[in-house]
Amino acid sequence: MTRNHVTLKVANNKVRDTGNSFMTTFTDPPTESFRLSMLLNDTRYRSGTMQAIAAILLALALFYLYSNLSANLKAAGLNISFDFLGSPAGYDINQTLVDYNSQSSNLQAAIVGILNTLLVASLACITATVFGVLAGVLRLSNNWLVRKLMAFYVEIFRNIPVLIWVIIIFTIMTAVLPGPREFRGDNATSSMFLDLFAFTNRGVYTPGPQFTNGFGGAIDWLLVIAVLLASLFATRAVAASADRKQAETGVRPKTLWVNLAIWFVPVIVLLTILGLTWEVPELKGFNFKGGIKIGGPLIALWFALSIYTGAFIAENVRAGIQAVSKGQTEAASALGLRSNRVMSLVVLPQALRVIIPPLISQYLNITKNSSLAIAVGYADITATLGGITLNQTGRAIECILLLMLFYLVISLVISAVMNVYNNAMKLKER
Amino acid sequence: MSDTHAQSVAFVRDTAIPPSPAPANAAGPVKWMRDNLFATWANALLTVAAIYVIFLVLSATLPWIFGGLWTTSSLAECREVLQGRSAACFSVLTDRWNQLLFGFKYPVDLYWRPTVAFVLLFVAAAPVLFFDLPRKLLIVTALYPFIAYYLIWGGTIWAPLFALAGFGVGYYVYSHLVHRSFAIGFFGGIAAAIIAWVVGSYLTGALASETPFLEAVPSRDMGGFMLNMMLGVTCVSLSLPIGIALALGRQSSMPLIKWICVVFIEFIRGVPLITLLFVANVMLAYFFPPGSGVDLFLRVVIMITMFSSAYIAEVIRGGLAALPKGQYEAADSLGLDYPQAMRLIILPQALKISIPGIVNIAVGLFKDTTLVSVISMFDLVGMIRGPILASTDWNGVYWELLGFAALLFFVVCYGISQYSQWLERRLATDHR
Repeated sequence: MTRNHVTLKVANNKVRDTGNSFMTTFTDPPTESFRLSMLLNDTRYRSGTMQAIAAILLALALFYLYSNLSANLKAAGLNISFDFLGSPAGYDINQTLVDYNSQSSNLQAAIVGILNTLLVASLACITATVFGVLAGVLRLSNNWLVRKLMAFYVEIFRNIPVLIWVIIIFTIMTAVLPGPREFRGDNATSSMFLDLFAFTNRGVYTPGPQFTNGFGGAIDWLLVIAVLLASLFATRAVAASADRKQAETGVRPKTLWVNLAIWFVPVIVLLTILGLTWEVPELKGFNFKGGIKIGGPLIALWFALSIYTGAFIAENVRAGIQAVSKGQTEAASALGLRSNRVMSLVVLPQALRVIIPPLISQYLNITKNSSLAIAVGYADITATLGGITLNQTGRAIECILLLMLFYLVISLVISAVMNVYNNAMKLKER
Repeated sequence: MSDTHAQSVAFVRDTAIPPSPAPANAAGPVKWMRDNLFATWANALLTVAAIYVIFLVLSATLPWIFGGLWTTSSLAECREVLQGRSAACFSVLTDRWNQLLFGFKYPVDLYWRPTVAFVLLFVAAAPVLFFDLPRKLLIVTALYPFIAYYLIWGGTIWAPLFALAGFGVGYYVYSHLVHRSFAIGFFGGIAAAIIAWVVGSYLTGALASETPFLEAVPSRDMGGFMLNMMLGVTCVSLSLPIGIALALGRQSSMPLIKWICVVFIEFIRGVPLITLLFVANVMLAYFFPPGSGVDLFLRVVIMITMFSSAYIAEVIRGGLAALPKGQYEAADSLGLDYPQAMRLIILPQALKISIPGIVNIAVGLFKDTTLVSVISMFDLVGMIRGPILASTDWNGVYWELLGFAALLFFVVCYGISQYSQWLERRLATDHR
């Protein structure tokens, strides 16, 4: 205590002596030697101590788990190896996007599963967005009945497990819809919808596009996609030139018909050249043939995920629209904008900033919830790699690790997209 | 101007006309309907469409529900009575009521035990949920896990007693060391509790009698809605403290601790719950010492707790980030150290902000407990899809069973979300 006091005095004298350079030495640096208790009590060392303890504990825990693992594997006569991926899978998958048969390898089965996961997830993302936006906007309708009905929809679907919804819709698909044989004969109890779609308990059959003079394989579709992309860029160029003209003259040229032509004419021309025909499903033997078959499990999963997640998206949309303050709408009206321009130029851009991040995390949830496929027998990655392959090969650890890796990669990709979007949309404060 | 005006005035009213009632179409239900149902043409169309949808749904379901049968003993008998009429066969619910609630293996004469545990759950949860109740009820809350364990699993009473004693010893050591520093008290308490548990586990083995007062029930015999409740309540309450720790760890300035938490949280949030349940089912056993034989229920609890604690950690991190920086600085300037600042200043406010998020996670988790049916545990959904629909008596009774499950979950989840909204209003201390 006294020593400090003296130091202070000396320092004060110094200040007086040297005038303006008073910040030089106020107190002597502590000269006490290092003691062991300082590891815990001194803030300079404490975080190092804590981290060292944490590192040691983590290493011990990992070592403990690893030694248990190796002891258990040795006792069971197992090892960790990914060789099983190359061996034949030996099971059939009824809904595949790529060529697959029971002689294909487990890796190919996993790829079929991955594609099926991505298929159901992207389909469900689209429809869930449609349902969600519709319900969210209608929940703000000034029609009391519609408002209440939408609130009812949201509460019912949010508060009941998605697994139960998947099972309910799967039950409708398998137990309520008629079998193919009920479409047969003169006194058939069921008939095809518009003579084009057949809703049976084995799945839904829809007309499928066929190219009579196409190149075969995926090339035709790639061509169609390329043309559509070109149309997209063309419409953007049209919009940019309209913007320029509006900036110069103040009058925006009408672009609606030009855009419609750009979108439809090239694609229709291409499809005619390729010779597009629609193959309508027909009852042959005991089942429908031709067209596209969408299996019951896929529809159950797709629809259940859509309505379930749609309820959550509806809440996000409602919150986003309500987050735009009323003054914004009023200010835009005061500027003389009509109500649809108010919506598209003022309210929506601001609401989207609030809506998009939770929307993307709902997409992430859809992707993860698509693993419920295993409950209805849709061959997604969880049902192939984590289900049948796991059970047949007994490679539990390897299969589950690969399964987790796949979902982790998907999640990381989606959150990376979200971060890019958030940075682009961040309010630029100057 | 003024004299022409003066001559034209022949009559000056000196009393006010009594107010006449508003016209019929601008008041009462008519006005309400005009404003809310038929404001514009589009609106009127929407209203008609909505009424049509409601009519379709109700006309299909109401006769089905109210014409339902409750007392037949099988679906065949049900169809005989109905004679082609479309109506519900609710007798499956009365016939299989106990299976739906307790699973098909829990001893029938012991149903009273989980029932008492369920009733006590409300007593134990009440003081946590409603602050006006006497604080002494919290003793019940603290004792509840041990009572419930003893009631549901039975067996020797020494196991829950020594578990409780371990907490007691830990708290005793903590309270005697905490004046030196929070860290010493905290870790000392944990160490003492672990020692007490190890000693207790040996003593339990020695003291356990061959014929315990309450018959032991293995956890593989549990099922039905009871299993959903057990998983939901256990995992949510376990994951709250872990979630808080993870959130604080993620905010920590120590890089190693921060990265451990970040990797754990992001890994768990990146994979679906089903894969974690697969881990519990076929993989986790490899990580326990050989021959320890940890049962499936415990493995599932471990994985679901990890799952929900990662999500709760993210919600609480949001709460921590939402606090103004001034709160942290004010705590520092008062001279509080880290544990004090967290306990007294930061966490009470951050947790309050996080309540809606935590409740959302809890509701989501409770719904997700149905996923255990995928790894062949017989929870409510597992019971319905497995033993009940597969039985010859009730093969084909889908809607009654699924509707019952949906209703049960809806009541619980909607109730919880309504409570959370009430709590939010209750805790709102800003004056708006």
